[in-house]
Amino acid sequence: MTEERAAVAVSDIRKSYGDLHAVDGVSFTVAEGEFFGILGPNGAGKTTTLEIIEGLRKPDSGDVRLLGENPWPRNSKLLPRIGVQLQASSFFEKLTAKEQLQTFGSLYGVSAATAASYLELVGLTDKANEQENKLSGGQRQRLSIACALVHDPDIVFLDEPTAALDPQARRNLWDVLREIQKRGKTIVYTTHYLDEAEILCDRVAIMDNGRILAMDPPAVLVRGLDAPTHVTLQKGALSLEDAEALPGVEETHENEVSLSISTRRPAEVLSTLAERGALDGLQVRTATLEDVFLNLTGREYRA
Amino acid sequence: MTAFRSLSGAMFKGFFRDRLALFFTFLFPLMFLVIFGLLFRDAGADKQKIAIVGDSPIVAAMEQSGVFELERFNDEPAALQKVKDGDIPAALVIRGQELDLRFASSDQVQAATVVGIVNGFVDKANVVATGQPPAFNLKTEKVEDSSLKPIQFLTPGILSWGVSVSAVFGAALTLVSWRKKQVLRRIRLAPVGAGTVLSSRLLVSIGVALLQGVLFVALASTPLFGLQLSGQWWLAIPLLVMGTLAFFSVGMLVGAFSKSEEAASGAANLVVLPMAFLSGSFFPVEAAPKWVQTVSNLLPLRHMNDGMLDVLVRGKGIEALALPSAVLIGFTLVVGFIASRVFRWED
Ligand SMILES: Nc1ncnc2c1ncn2[C@@H]1O[C@H](COP(=O)(O)OP(=O)(O)OP(=O)(O)O)[C@@H](O)[C@H]1O
Ligand SMILES: [Mg+2]
Repeated sequence: MTEERAAVAVSDIRKSYGDLHAVDGVSFTVAEGEFFGILGPNGAGKTTTLEIIEGLRKPDSGDVRLLGENPWPRNSKLLPRIGVQLQASSFFEKLTAKEQLQTFGSLYGVSAATAASYLELVGLTDKANEQENKLSGGQRQRLSIACALVHDPDIVFLDEPTAALDPQARRNLWDVLREIQKRGKTIVYTTHYLDEAEILCDRVAIMDNGRILAMDPPAVLVRGLDAPTHVTLQKGALSLEDAEALPGVEETHENEVSLSISTRRPAEVLSTLAERGALDGLQVRTATLEDVFLNLTGREYRA
Repeated sequence: MTAFRSLSGAMFKGFFRDRLALFFTFLFPLMFLVIFGLLFRDAGADKQKIAIVGDSPIVAAMEQSGVFELERFNDEPAALQKVKDGDIPAALVIRGQELDLRFASSDQVQAATVVGIVNGFVDKANVVATGQPPAFNLKTEKVEDSSLKPIQFLTPGILSWGVSVSAVFGAALTLVSWRKKQVLRRIRLAPVGAGTVLSSRLLVSIGVALLQGVLFVALASTPLFGLQLSGQWWLAIPLLVMGTLAFFSVGMLVGAFSKSEEAASGAANLVVLPMAFLSGSFFPVEAAPKWVQTVSNLLPLRHMNDGMLDVLVRGKGIEALALPSAVLIGFTLVVGFIASRVFRWED
C-alpha cells in the first residue's frame, strides 16, 4: 500500500465540540479497491470521521488525503469522484424517487435515463413515481444510497447504509456493495452490525470515544482473540463423560436441552463427533467481532 | 447548464406540488384583491342620483351625459318621500315646460351641485330652443387623473405585495428546509456552484411572480372589478423581476438567521406585513403623517408599488421605472451582500 495508491489517508485527525473529543487522534489508510468498515456504538465518532474525510467538516488538527488531495476547503476536483450517503437522508421536497435520482444525477451531468436505471440497482423500480416522503424508512435509505452511486464515483462513503433495512433488503444491499467493489471502487462505510462488517469488509476499524481501538481484517481480529469455539449438541447425543474425553476439549457444560463443548481445535472435535455419528442438533459458534469488542472495551457491544 | 435546468425544473415541480405554497402565493393575495375590490367598488363611482317624475328631452340629455344616475318615479309624492328620507338628494318633477327641482336642504354642497348641473342642462336646452348658434362653446374631454378608481389603485398594490410575500417566503423557507434536511450539505458535495443553485431557485421565484401578475391582472380586468390597463402595461414585467430579486434577497437574509421553518415564516411576516401597510399596498399613504411618508419612501415595496401604478394604470412610460429600478437594484445588492455573508451551509 504505497502512499499514492491509497484512496484515503488520514493521520492523527482531531475534532472537538467544546470539551467533547468527538474524534481524538484517528489515523488510517484505505487502499484503492478496499472495502473498509468503521464500527462502533452511538457517539463513537464515526460520522464525524467520515465527514472530515469527505470535506464536509474541517478537522481541528491532523492531515487528510482523499485520492491524493486535500478535501478541505471544498475541493471541486474531488467532488465528481466521491459519492456520499449522509447519515440523515437528504432529499428535495415533493419529488418522486425517480426525480430525486435524476436531479442528483444532473448535478454531475448524468443523463436522466442513466440516473433512472439506478432504481433497479436498489430494487425501487415499482416506487419510481412515489414521492420521497411516502417511502418507508428502508426504501428512503435505499434511494439515498442510489443517489450516492448515481454518478459512478471512484470512492463511496456510506454512513450506516443498512440501518433500518429488513433482512432481505440488507442482503440485497450487500450484493450491491459487493458488486460495486468488484468494479474496482473503494468503499468506506460505517455500521452498527458487527456480523455484517465481518462478512463484507476487507478491514474494519473498531471505534469508541473518538479513538480507533483496533484495525485489521475481521478474521485476523477474531483469531487474535484466541477465543475458544463453542460446539453445541442436542442433549443425549453424547454423554458428558464421553464429551470430556474427546481430544482437544477444554470445557464442557450440560443443561436440560443441550451439551456444549469449548475447544480451540474445533476441526478435530468435529471430525471425531462425525465419526461417532453424534451430530444431533449441532451448532458451532466461533468468536465474533462482538467478542473482540467485548475484549477491547470490557463491555458488551450495544448497537 | 443541464444542472441549472434540471435543478430549476425540480424546484418548479416541488413548488407546484406544494398546496400550501400555492395557496399563499396565488389564492391568498387574490382573496385580498377580491375583498378590497368589492368593498371599494362603488366608492369612486360618484354619480349624482336624482329622482325623475315625468319626461322631457332634457331628461334624455341628462341620461346621455352619464353625470346622473336617474331613478324614475310615476308619482310625485313617492319621489319626494325618497328625498325626505335622504336616499336621493333631489327630485326633478316635469310638468310639460315647467321643471320643478326639489332638493333636500341637509347637504348644501350636494344640493348646490345638483341645482347647478340641472341648471346647465336647462340653459343648454333653452339655447337650442331659440334656434340660434350658441355664443360660447364649451368642449370637455376626460383626463386620466391621479385620483384613481379603487381597483386601479388596488391591483398594482396588492400585486406588488403578493410578489413580495411569495419571494420572501419562497427564499426563506427553501433555505431553512434545505439546511435542516441536509440538502445543502449534499449539494455542497456535488460539483455545482452555489451560483447555479441560487439562480435556479431565483428563476422559480421570477416565474411565480410573472404568473401572479398575469392572474391578478386577469381577475381585476373582469367586468366585476373593471380594471383598465394603460398602454404601457408590459413595463410591469421588468418591475416584477426586479421586485422579485429584492424580496428574494430579503428571504435569503431571513432564512440565514432562522433555525426552523416556523421561525422563518414568523420573521418573514414580521418584515412583510408592516412593510405592506407602510408602502401603501392596501391603502394610499399620501394622507398619512409626514414621518410615515419618510419611512415609506425608504421601503423597496413602496417604490415597486409606485412603479406598478405608473406603468399599469397611469399610462406612464419607461421613465417612470427609473427611480423604482434604482431603489430595487440597490436594495438587492446591499441585502444580497449581507445575506451572502451570513449564509450557513448547516446548523
Ligand atoms: N455538530 C456537533 N456539535 C456538537 N457535538 C457534536 C456535533 N456533531 C457530533 N457531535 C458529538 O460528537 C460525538 C460523535 O458524534 P458522531 O456523530 O461522529 O458519532 P457516530 O459514531 O456517528 O454515532 P452514531 O452511531 O449515533 O451515528 C457525539 O458525542 C456527538 O454528540
Ligand atoms: Mg453517525
